[in-house]
Amino acid sequence: MSRIESRLKQLKGQGRKALIPYITAGDPHPDHTVELMHTLVAAGADIIELGVPFSDPMADGPVIALACERALAHNTSLRMVLEMVRQFRAQDNDTPVVLMGYLNPMEAMGYQTFVTAAKDAGVDGVLTVDLPPEEALDIAPIFAESGLDPIFLLAPTTTEDRIRSISEHASGYIYYVSVKGVTGSSSINVDDVGAKVNSIRALTSVPVGVGFGIRDAATAAAVGRVSDGVIVGSVLVDTIANNQENIEALKAALTNLLRPMREALDEVAS
Amino acid sequence: MSVKLTEEMLKALPDSRGHFGDYGGRFVSETLMDSLMVLEREYYKLRDDADFQAAFDKDLAEYVGRPSPLYFAERLTRETGGAQIWLKREDLNHTGAHKVNNTIGQALLASFLGKKRVIAETGAGQHGVATATVCARLGLECHVFMGAEDIQRQSLNVYRMKLLGAEVHSVTSGTRTLKDAMNEAMRDWVTNVDDTFYIIGTAAGPHPYPVLVRDFQSVIGRETRRQSMVQAGKLPDALVACVGGGSNAIGMFHPFLADESVALYGVEAGGLGLEGGQHAAPLSAGRPGVLHGNRTYLMEDENGQIASTHSVSAGLDYPGVGPEHSWLKDIGRAQYVSVTDDEALGGFRQLTRVEGIMPALESAHAVAYGVKLAATMDKDKMIVINVSGRGDKDIHTIAEIDGIGL
Repeated sequence: MSRIESRLKQLKGQGRKALIPYITAGDPHPDHTVELMHTLVAAGADIIELGVPFSDPMADGPVIALACERALAHNTSLRMVLEMVRQFRAQDNDTPVVLMGYLNPMEAMGYQTFVTAAKDAGVDGVLTVDLPPEEALDIAPIFAESGLDPIFLLAPTTTEDRIRSISEHASGYIYYVSVKGVTGSSSINVDDVGAKVNSIRALTSVPVGVGFGIRDAATAAAVGRVSDGVIVGSVLVDTIANNQENIEALKAALTNLLRPMREALDEVAS
Repeated sequence: MSVKLTEEMLKALPDSRGHFGDYGGRFVSETLMDSLMVLEREYYKLRDDADFQAAFDKDLAEYVGRPSPLYFAERLTRETGGAQIWLKREDLNHTGAHKVNNTIGQALLASFLGKKRVIAETGAGQHGVATATVCARLGLECHVFMGAEDIQRQSLNVYRMKLLGAEVHSVTSGTRTLKDAMNEAMRDWVTNVDDTFYIIGTAAGPHPYPVLVRDFQSVIGRETRRQSMVQAGKLPDALVACVGGGSNAIGMFHPFLADESVALYGVEAGGLGLEGGQHAAPLSAGRPGVLHGNRTYLMEDENGQIASTHSVSAGLDYPGVGPEHSWLKDIGRAQYVSVTDDEALGGFRQLTRVEGIMPALESAHAVAYGVKLAATMDKDKMIVINVSGRGDKDIHTIAEIDGIGL
């Protein structure tokens, strides 16, 4: 059983919802990323999504696009991100880490090289924003052999047929994009999300995490009620942008954001 | 090792997933997949629909002013002293470039699909102007995304778009040029996917866009074929077209792909020279990767980050290229070469001085290479250079290089 699967099973057994924060690796500086990952875990993270910066993040809004620019200003490469995960694993062997990014840096490294290095560094899953399952036919066997979980996106526009076929390729969890838009979009309709998540659950047993539009304890709790977990990104990255100069203040601010979400989610627990 | 292509092979491409060999495809986030599949399905229906094709042909004839002439450049031929040089005059189209062929087609598609809001990206502004033009005519809401740097160097086109009723959005992310404008247009599309049609201006992007753009631009090659037979009594020996994303080139090349005797030359922007990396020539000096929804040759660093590009011509200043060109390169059917900024400026001046035709700086790359090529060929040979656009928009750039304030 993968680290992601066993973590989500464990949470389900406890009747709890997963809290999955996202930060971009190398933002505000590569030296701080591992420290920030530990901060997220201490504040209640169950799984960490670690963004791999890309020069052309076309599915991201301005907040995460700027985080990519800050990280790339320090030349944060995919190899460096893998090294960060390795350092994180020196102290934390339990918290699953999912790399989230775009295909081209992986393609440039070579898929077999990447998968071997990622597994070796302690990565558990990979979410590639611009890789729908139709284009993953050649890559999927390499992932399957390594045991890395391929995390796929579902969207409000995904038809039932596609939900079914994408679920066949997915493992770990499915990332449901709650709104039509880029990361950082604000308006989330919890009733619509709940209805769609129910229809996804009717078609697959893979756990469903919901992202886009979750910015505080209230939205986390509302979405947690209708899903297996929540993914929180832009609001954390915005906090990083606002506290670039002082790492201690940044860690406190991230903790202050995440901990109330953890508490609110645990109140939802059945 | 060129492969002999048959009509049958060409009909089978791209495959059902939008692949031309290793290239093309649909590398986008899930939210856009459904729209792209609907667009593909509807377009494949309309492609064989007589009413749709009749509407397209009528607009090309009566609104764009097609067919554009095939013109024998007698003085340029004499000055060059080699093969006969003919010019396909896309610069004479309404709005001054080949771009309008595609925007007419895609705007018709938008109307057939019932979309009222149109978005587009633009580099030099020609595609933005062509999109704003057809939107004005059809009464569609039009938003154009343009890099902040391009807005600076193409202010005339920005004003034209505004006069035509389009809203021009300045893009300040990344390198502030065409690739970033395309990112921003994709972001808008994913947000407004229900009511918005994205008119992509070049033969790149996710499937089915490379097919749409190629099909709508192929009128260039079809006319050239017919006109060559009528005016010269034979097919040309070589075709030359500039390649940024590659829409005018694929439109020119595609109807000739099965004609083995016709050599195809795509001319990329060599900028300050391929050696220093200051160029926009992914086919000449890049490697395959994935950007903007398709796998194709790209300019990138060793970590897979997209490299910044340089060209004197904003319309060629793009790190990728249409996937069908990547395939044509690999199978050896077309050759991709480059000329530098200085050579392109030379082409601009020569055509202006000798023939009284001012080409766009993009097209001037094709002129510069075409003249070099013709000089190596026998006098009984014939080449056609695609003059994809007119140079009025570049007068400020040329004047600045000459140290003249206008």
